Amino acid sequence: MTYEHFAILAIIAPLMTSFLVLLLGWFRKGLCYPLTLAALFVSLISSIGILDTVMAKGTIHYHVGAWAPPWGIEIVVDYLNGFMVVMLTFIAFVVAIYSKKSLEQEIPDKIVPYYSVFLLFVAGLIGITVTGDLFNVFVFLEIASLSGYALIAVGEDGAPLAAFRYVIMGTIGACFYYLGVGYLYSVTGSLNMADLSQILPNLYHNKTVLVAFALFTVGIALKMGVFPLHAWLPDGYTRAPSTSSAIIAPMATKVMAYLLVRIFFTLFKPYFAIDFIPVTQFLTWIAAAGIIAGSILAIAQTDLKRMLAYSSVANIGYILLGIGLANQMGLIGGLLHIVNHAFMKGTLFLVTGGIVYKMGMRDITQFRGLPKKMPFTMAAFTIAALSMVGVPPTCGFFSKIYLIMGAIDAKQWFFIAVILMSSLLNVVYFFRVVQMAFFKPYEPAYAHDGGDYEKIKMDEMPLSMLIPTLILAAGIILLGVFNGDIVSNAIQHAVPVDFLR
Amino acid sequence: MFEYIVSKFNYWIYIFLMMLGLYAMIGKRNFVKKLIGMNIFQVSIILFYISVAAKIGATIPILTAEDVHGVANPINYMNPLPHVLMLTAIVVGIATTGVALAIIIMVYNRYKTLNEDEILEILRKSGV
Repeated sequence: MTYEHFAILAIIAPLMTSFLVLLLGWFRKGLCYPLTLAALFVSLISSIGILDTVMAKGTIHYHVGAWAPPWGIEIVVDYLNGFMVVMLTFIAFVVAIYSKKSLEQEIPDKIVPYYSVFLLFVAGLIGITVTGDLFNVFVFLEIASLSGYALIAVGEDGAPLAAFRYVIMGTIGACFYYLGVGYLYSVTGSLNMADLSQILPNLYHNKTVLVAFALFTVGIALKMGVFPLHAWLPDGYTRAPSTSSAIIAPMATKVMAYLLVRIFFTLFKPYFAIDFIPVTQFLTWIAAAGIIAGSILAIAQTDLKRMLAYSSVANIGYILLGIGLANQMGLIGGLLHIVNHAFMKGTLFLVTGGIVYKMGMRDITQFRGLPKKMPFTMAAFTIAALSMVGVPPTCGFFSKIYLIMGAIDAKQWFFIAVILMSSLLNVVYFFRVVQMAFFKPYEPAYAHDGGDYEKIKMDEMPLSMLIPTLILAAGIILLGVFNGDIVSNAIQHAVPVDFLR
Repeated sequence: MFEYIVSKFNYWIYIFLMMLGLYAMIGKRNFVKKLIGMNIFQVSIILFYISVAAKIGATIPILTAEDVHGVANPINYMNPLPHVLMLTAIVVGIATTGVALAIIIMVYNRYKTLNEDEILEILRKSGV
């Protein structure tokens, strides 16, 4: 077996198992959980194998069904998507471990189809990340989105309504994307990304190509939840079951951010998006608006999950800012923030899920005395909150510092102010929770345990939920400590060679 | 100008259908109508792909008896690839419709109406 087969194995394992889960779950409900874990473990191992091969031998080209590109579908893994796949499979695996108890409480009668859809979702996202074919991206995009709608729709009261809005918005986004593919195909006759990036530079003055580029940008921005197009995001994240929020929030929008980077800087040459039609410059302003608006909206929320959802809108702004600055430091910051934010939001949503599991509520004003009841959970929350604010040595600090360095390189002083300002806003909305939980326990009115702080006993969430949460929380610190290695070994090579400094 | 519009009529129809679908998704208050708008939107893109692939005077891409012995001339054949892509897109569209209809049923069971205004009214009354 050659190492190239790892590339397809990472998709095949969850994709095939998702059908198997449905089949075997029919007879034995208990089999779903171990099967899901096994599939995601295989996926995780093979994605580590992919990254290892990429680092040792350079870009992997795998021809699906041995059809040579540009006719056949090609899987291309380089540094950019190599580390993305490892991140995706790792978080999927960790959340899958976590899911068991939470799902048994929230949707006890739908566990079998849930795991099937869960695996489809992960397979779709990995597919978008590794494929080198534009139309194949669309197919995987729809696999991921359709299962994403289902993951949201099984949630609490109001979830179907949120999911329906997401269906409409998501479909418009995906349709714009594949309309763009159609425009590109009609002028070039190719769907292979590497092939297209060779053909396209001669056609940059062609209006059809410009329209295709515009459609790609809008379509992906819709799916990514970029600020003015984020309307589906807060409701969807809030109403979904805890596990769904924890899997969709860190992964779905990040994969779209990856796709945007891929299209801006690989499919088109970087100078096209930067100088030819200065769309990156425009995106930086959108991103800045998103960062500020998302943070301010987050402050206004008392529902923890809703607050985290708006914080996601702000953080997508950071990633977009990194892409929009379009210089080496900025893009490193943006890509690093994709990974970092995935870990932070993963931790925060897992913590929220744990609180919902134990307390059945997620209203911030009722968090008094919670650290005494769930000390490890609240410790994980505090680590993630510190990272969101950007306190070293947590990872959030380093992606922000790269973004600031990128803004300095681009001489865009305004964006430095935006990043610093939003860090302060993050302090407001995260430390509000920390303050409420840690520092106000002795105030008379709290909603649980009859109001007596001394009587609160430690009552943590089950170990199968607690350990994944703590793993991700530890990951936040490890990513921060080893960020130098991550940047110099992987992310630095993902930045296009002919990029402005 | 008139010539220009008429000669590219299929593209005009695609744009008209697309805008129609977009309007239905934004303007209509009933969820099923929104869904129909979404379908029209998707179908318009299928029409676009097929228009790109179609050729006047060409035939289906199967080699004729003469071509097997001589050299096949691609001008005589339509481009099969967009058609095949659209088979995928149709399947995707059906799946999307299925998921959306299932979600609509869930919405109806919960609120006993599919009108967005009435649902918002119910939500406002319940204080969410």
